Amino acid sequence: MDQSYEKQSSAFYAVIALLVLMSMGPVILMFVNSFKLDVDIISGAGGLIFLPTIQNYETALCDVLWYEPDHINFCSLKFGGAFVNSLIIALVSTILTLVIGSMAAYALVRFRFFGRDTASITTLMVRMVPPAVLLVPVFGLWNNEFCLDRDSFIGGAIRETFGGRGDVCLAGTHSGIILIYVAMNLPFVIWILQSFIVQVPRSLEEAARVDGAGPFQVFFKVILPLIKPGLAAAAIFTFRIAWNEYLLASALSDRDTKTVPILIVNNMSEFNVEWGVIMATGMLLAIPPIIFTLLASRQIITGMTAGAVKG
Amino acid sequence: MADALTSDPTLRRKPKRAPAWINRATPYMFMAPAVIIMAMALIYPLGYMIWGSFRAWDPTQTIGEAEFIGIKNYITLWNDPNFRESLGVTLKFAFFCVTIEMVIGVGLALLLDRNIRGMSVLRTMFILPMMIAPVVVGLMWRYMYHPSVGTFNRFLEKVGLPKVDWLGSHSLTSVIIADVWQWTPFIFILSLAALQSLPKSALEASRIDGATAWQQVVYIKLPLMMPVLIVTGLLRLIDSFKVLEVILVLTQGGPGLSTEILALRISRTATEFRELGVAAAMSNYLLMILMFLTIAMFAFNKLREIRAAWTRMAAEDDI
Repeated sequence: MDQSYEKQSSAFYAVIALLVLMSMGPVILMFVNSFKLDVDIISGAGGLIFLPTIQNYETALCDVLWYEPDHINFCSLKFGGAFVNSLIIALVSTILTLVIGSMAAYALVRFRFFGRDTASITTLMVRMVPPAVLLVPVFGLWNNEFCLDRDSFIGGAIRETFGGRGDVCLAGTHSGIILIYVAMNLPFVIWILQSFIVQVPRSLEEAARVDGAGPFQVFFKVILPLIKPGLAAAAIFTFRIAWNEYLLASALSDRDTKTVPILIVNNMSEFNVEWGVIMATGMLLAIPPIIFTLLASRQIITGMTAGAVKG
Repeated sequence: MADALTSDPTLRRKPKRAPAWINRATPYMFMAPAVIIMAMALIYPLGYMIWGSFRAWDPTQTIGEAEFIGIKNYITLWNDPNFRESLGVTLKFAFFCVTIEMVIGVGLALLLDRNIRGMSVLRTMFILPMMIAPVVVGLMWRYMYHPSVGTFNRFLEKVGLPKVDWLGSHSLTSVIIADVWQWTPFIFILSLAALQSLPKSALEASRIDGATAWQQVVYIKLPLMMPVLIVTGLLRLIDSFKVLEVILVLTQGGPGLSTEILALRISRTATEFRELGVAAAMSNYLLMILMFLTIAMFAFNKLREIRAAWTRMAAEDDI
């Protein structure tokens, strides 16, 4: 940038330094503490001067480490498995939401069709539904109604290959959690992508159509490449929700499909909190969103303003 | 872009236009996946919940087996002092969070709307708290609020002030502080964007007329930003009813019911007390509040559009 910057007084910079400290402080504190032993955290000795240890991370990741750390007798925390679950659920639901959401946004922006207004208003209205409201019905439906009968062909095949008892239900599977995340994020993604698709000049689509491209080719080869910034923003927001969500995941997951937030909450509610290990798990959960923020802060801000300012 | 298309052989092979029925079916094909998923996993569950809220329903029954009891759940809840307290806590929490966040966020935006080096780095650092999982935010603040090892009480001790029982007697304040920490940046970023898109001419004109910086803020910047601010505030208000994890990790709703917001109470009613019908009715109350807020936001936006059209027409008449 070649614009000139205004000189500011030193009081102004002091305010900025204070703000940065306030917004980053808790994160840095957690980062530092995750490298301390519990003894050091509780005694409070040293402050920033201490011997860093990766023992907490070893405890947290004990089920995926290739060696056995000396200080662990029994690997109780299955963090590695939960991390993989979180990753699968967040990635798959993000990709599905983006593909499905961008298609719907395109239809809502570019076509006039019967039911368009209803679809558009419904999308806007369900955006405000909180996860807590979905808890009761989703729990009931996923356990009782969205099931394949054990005696049916597909259900029987699944039971034979994967074992287990009873009917084959969505609850307790990755797909069950993914389905509700996709549904929850769709309204937001559709809303945000509309404002990006509107900006694509119609003439480009018409040119492609004259050249003989079908509607799906126009969409995937002309529209999608042009709204990459919007897709990036939408992807980050979707991933953030799917990665961080606790309530619905805790209702729908079973022993093998636990995600990281569930693991952290379960370990927090115990009476004797192991601060070091908890901080390490928290740090591991926070790292992917932090990386995204550092890499794509511009897209995040564009997405936020596109969502709210243009309303 | 166009070159890339014409040079693609798969596209050039069929110069014929698509038949009419395909054109007519196109929007439906694009909409279908989204409609199916949203109908299956949002609309249907919502209907299911409304249906279930009229029943005495516990987790061992399917919804068909549960007894139909009319609006009894709603009446029970309305007369339940615990529910009322929980509702009061929710409203208090939402009100204070949004008010404090708006004041600080807009204030900071007005203060930092200057041409300074490293603004983008600053913004990146400010949006970091929003991206971190609520569970982790709760965890960080629970540590800082800890009565003996926590950062705040250690600091107070060092300075020689008495310790504060953060998560005990001041639990609601502490929970609000954590939420303000996480979400003020949201307001800040949006109001900064609104500020930077204000028409330069109005500000120039006021400066020529000799307005002070304070007068500019009160008479020009704030009124011009107001539409965006109202929408931002409403968005934040709607979101503040969704907060759950931070409070769950910090206080689990306690002590007593002092921080038990509705979302938390719904989840406890469903999982601990095993009264799905009551939980569904409670969800419906919450949904009604949010529906009201959402409609208010739409109405406001529509009003804004109509007024903009009016002013445009009036301006054209003048010419």
